[in-house]
Amino acid sequence: MIQRPNRPIYLDNQATTPCDPRVVQAMLPFFTEHFGNPHSAEHTMGRFAESAVETARGHVAALIGADPREVVFASGATESNNIAIKGAARHAARSGDGRRRVVTVQTEHKCVLEAAADLAAEGFEPVVLPVRPDGTVDPAAVRTALEEAPTLLLSVMAVNNEIGVLQDLTGLAAMAHEAGALFHTDAAQAAGKIPLDVEAMKIDLLSISGHKLYGPKGVGALHVRRRPRVRLAALFSGGGQERGLRSGTLPAPLIVGLGEACRIALVEMEADSRRIAGLRDRLMAGLERAIPGLVLNADSERRIPGNVNLTFPGSDAQAMMAAMPDLCVSTGSACSSAEVEPSYVLTALGLSDAAAARTLRIGIGRFTSPSDIDAAVSMLARAHAMAAPQPSEA
Amino acid sequence: MIYLDANASEPLRPEARAAVLAALETGGNPSSVHAAGRAARRMLEAAREDIAACFGASPAGVVFTSGGTEANALAVHALARGRRLVVGATEHEAVRAAAPAAAVVPVDRRGLADLDALATLLAEGPAMVCLMLANNETGVLHPVAEAAALCRAHGALLHVDAVQAAGRVAVDLAALGADSLVVSGHKMGGPLGAGALLLAGDPALVPLVAGGGQERGRRGGTPGLPAIAGMAGAARAAVAGLADQARLAGLRDAIEVASGQAGAIVAGAAAPRLANTTCLALPGVRADTQVIALDLAGFQVSAGAACSSGKVAASHVLAAMGLGALAGSAVRVSLPWNAVAEDAQRFVAAYLDMAGRLSRRVA
Repeated sequence: MIQRPNRPIYLDNQATTPCDPRVVQAMLPFFTEHFGNPHSAEHTMGRFAESAVETARGHVAALIGADPREVVFASGATESNNIAIKGAARHAARSGDGRRRVVTVQTEHKCVLEAAADLAAEGFEPVVLPVRPDGTVDPAAVRTALEEAPTLLLSVMAVNNEIGVLQDLTGLAAMAHEAGALFHTDAAQAAGKIPLDVEAMKIDLLSISGHKLYGPKGVGALHVRRRPRVRLAALFSGGGQERGLRSGTLPAPLIVGLGEACRIALVEMEADSRRIAGLRDRLMAGLERAIPGLVLNADSERRIPGNVNLTFPGSDAQAMMAAMPDLCVSTGSACSSAEVEPSYVLTALGLSDAAAARTLRIGIGRFTSPSDIDAAVSMLARAHAMAAPQPSEA
Repeated sequence: MIYLDANASEPLRPEARAAVLAALETGGNPSSVHAAGRAARRMLEAAREDIAACFGASPAGVVFTSGGTEANALAVHALARGRRLVVGATEHEAVRAAAPAAAVVPVDRRGLADLDALATLLAEGPAMVCLMLANNETGVLHPVAEAAALCRAHGALLHVDAVQAAGRVAVDLAALGADSLVVSGHKMGGPLGAGALLLAGDPALVPLVAGGGQERGRRGGTPGLPAIAGMAGAARAAVAGLADQARLAGLRDAIEVASGQAGAIVAGAAAPRLANTTCLALPGVRADTQVIALDLAGFQVSAGAACSSGKVAASHVLAAMGLGALAGSAVRVSLPWNAVAEDAQRFVAAYLDMAGRLSRRVA
C-alpha cells in the first residue's frame, strides 16, 4: 500500500508557484512596520515605502535587461497584457494613426485573446494565427499577416502556459519592427525561467506575473520601452501613479515580493533550470517505463524544463485526477480548468477532443524534490491503470 | 515616529496579518480544481462572504479588484452604459478621472453635497451619480442615503466610494439603497493591493481587465489572495470594533481644540465627519512647510491626498467648500485605528510649537 503524503504533491507550477520563503521574509516588514503609502512622499514612512518600491523596480528591470524607468507595476500579468494590448491600440487610434490590425496567436493566454477581441468592438482588426503541431507559430504566416494590412501590434507569448513551448521572440520582434508594428510578449511563464533581454531581443512590451515566479499573487509588471518610446493609453485613470499609465496606490509589500522574486530568479535561474530538467527527465523516464504509448505534446526541445504536457494512451485525464487526490496536476490552464471543454491550446496543436480529454499538464518547480517525482510517477501510473477502461478479454 | 496619516494607509491589523500569512502559505491558484486550488478557493470565497457580510452586500455581488481606484473605474466603466455621469465636487481623483466630463454636484461651506443641486441635475435625464461616503481630506460624511432616495425617485444609479468610510462608520450597501459601493483593503487596516466593488443584485459586467473568466467574468486575472484575505480580516476586525471610533473622536477633538487655540481652522467642522480625520488650516503658513516641520518632529501627516505623489496641487476639496484661500495651508491629520491618547498629546505639543514658530515668521 502506498503511504499517503502528509501534504499533496504540487506539480502545477504553471497555474501558480508557491511563494518562496525568502520572498515572504522580504515582504513581511512591509506588511507590518513599514506600512506607509509609497505615494506619501511628504513624510518619512511614505518615502521609505517608495524607496523599497524603487529598489524592487530595479530588480524587475535587471531580470529582463530593462531600464528601471521602463517597468510599470500592475496587479498581475492579466492586467499588464490588457494595458499593453488595449493601451497600444487605443493610444494609436487617439493620435490619429490609421492602422487597425493587431496580430496574435491561437495558443495565447485567454486574457490576450480576450483583450484583442475587446478591441474588435472598438473598430480594430484582431488577427489570430494558428500554430504548427509543435506549438510554434509559423514565421511565414506572421510575415503575411503583418504585410497584408498596416499592423499596430504583434503579441506572441514567450512560453506557453499549457505546453511550455518557447516562441522565437527575437525573430518575431524583428518581423514586427520591419512591418512598423510594436512587439509585445506575455512573459508570465518565461520570466525567471529563461533568460530574457528586452534590449538584445528588441522587445517593446513585456508582461510579468509575480505568482508565476515564486512571488505573491496580486502583482505583476509591464515593461514599456523608452527608446524608441512606446506610448500607451491607460486602462483606467485616477491618482496618476506610474506616470499616469497605471493609477492606484502601489502595493508596496507585494512589489517588494515581486522584486525579491526577480532578484532570486536572476541569481538562481540557471541552476534551477538544470535541476528541474533533471527532474523532468526522471519523471519522463519513470512514466514512459510504466505507461507505454505516452505522448509528449508539442516540440520536445524548444520548451521550458518545468513543463510537460502528456496525452495518456488509455485514460481520461479527469478520471485520473479524481483517482490521485494527493497529486496536484491539471487538465489545462488554471482559469479554465473547471470547464469540461477541451483545451483550445491542445485543439490548436491538432489534438482530437478525445486525445485532449486524455491529457494532463505537469509543472515542475523550484520546490519539487526527486522523491516528489518518484511518488508522482507511481501515483500517475496507478491512476492510469485504475482509470483505464478494462480490456474486455481480461 | 508617530503615524497620523491613516487616510493614506492604515497600519496592518493583527487579524489582517494572520490572514495574509495564511494566504501566503496556501500555495494554490483558486481556479485550479485540485486540493491546493480548492484550499485557495475556499479562502477566496470566505473573504468574499466576509466582505459581503461586513458591508450589506451578497457574496455574488462582490467583485475583487487590485484596490479602490480599479474598483471605482470598473463601476463607472461597467455601469454607466450611456447614462449621464454626475459626480460630487469633492470626490477622490479615482472617480474624477473615471468620469472627467461629468456634471458636478456642488458642496456647501460645510463640505456637504448639495442635494437640491443634485435633484436639479437628476431632472435632466437618466444618470449615474458618484458620491463618496466620507471625504478623504476632511472626513466629511455626505448624505448618501438621502442622495440614494433622490436617485431612486429619478431612476438614476448611485455609486458610492466608501473607501474612507468602510471600517470607520457603519456602511451597508442595501441599507443605503445604492447600486454599487467600493471599499479598499489598506484603508481598513488590510494590506495594500486589494479592493472590492460591491454590486446590488448580481448584474453582468463588461470587465475592465479582460481574460480568464475569474470573478465570474467581471474581472480577469488570478485574484491576489494574500491582499484579499488580508482585506477581509481587516474588515471583520474594523466592523466589529466600530465602537472604538468614539475613542478616536475624543483624541481628534482634543487635537482640534488645541490647534484652534493656535489659530488653526478646521475644514468641515460643521458637518458630520469621520471620527479619525481632521483637516487643519493654518492661515498664511504653507502646507508643505508644515508637513516637513512635523515630519522632522517625528509626525507623519499629509498635505492632502497621497496619490498626487510629489506634486503639491491646491486641494480641489477645500476649493469646492469655498475655502480656496486656505487650500494651500491645510494639513490632514488622520488617526490610525491603533492611535493612543499619548499620540494626540504629543502631536498637540508639536503642532503648537510648529504653529508658534511658523506663524510668527509669517506675522
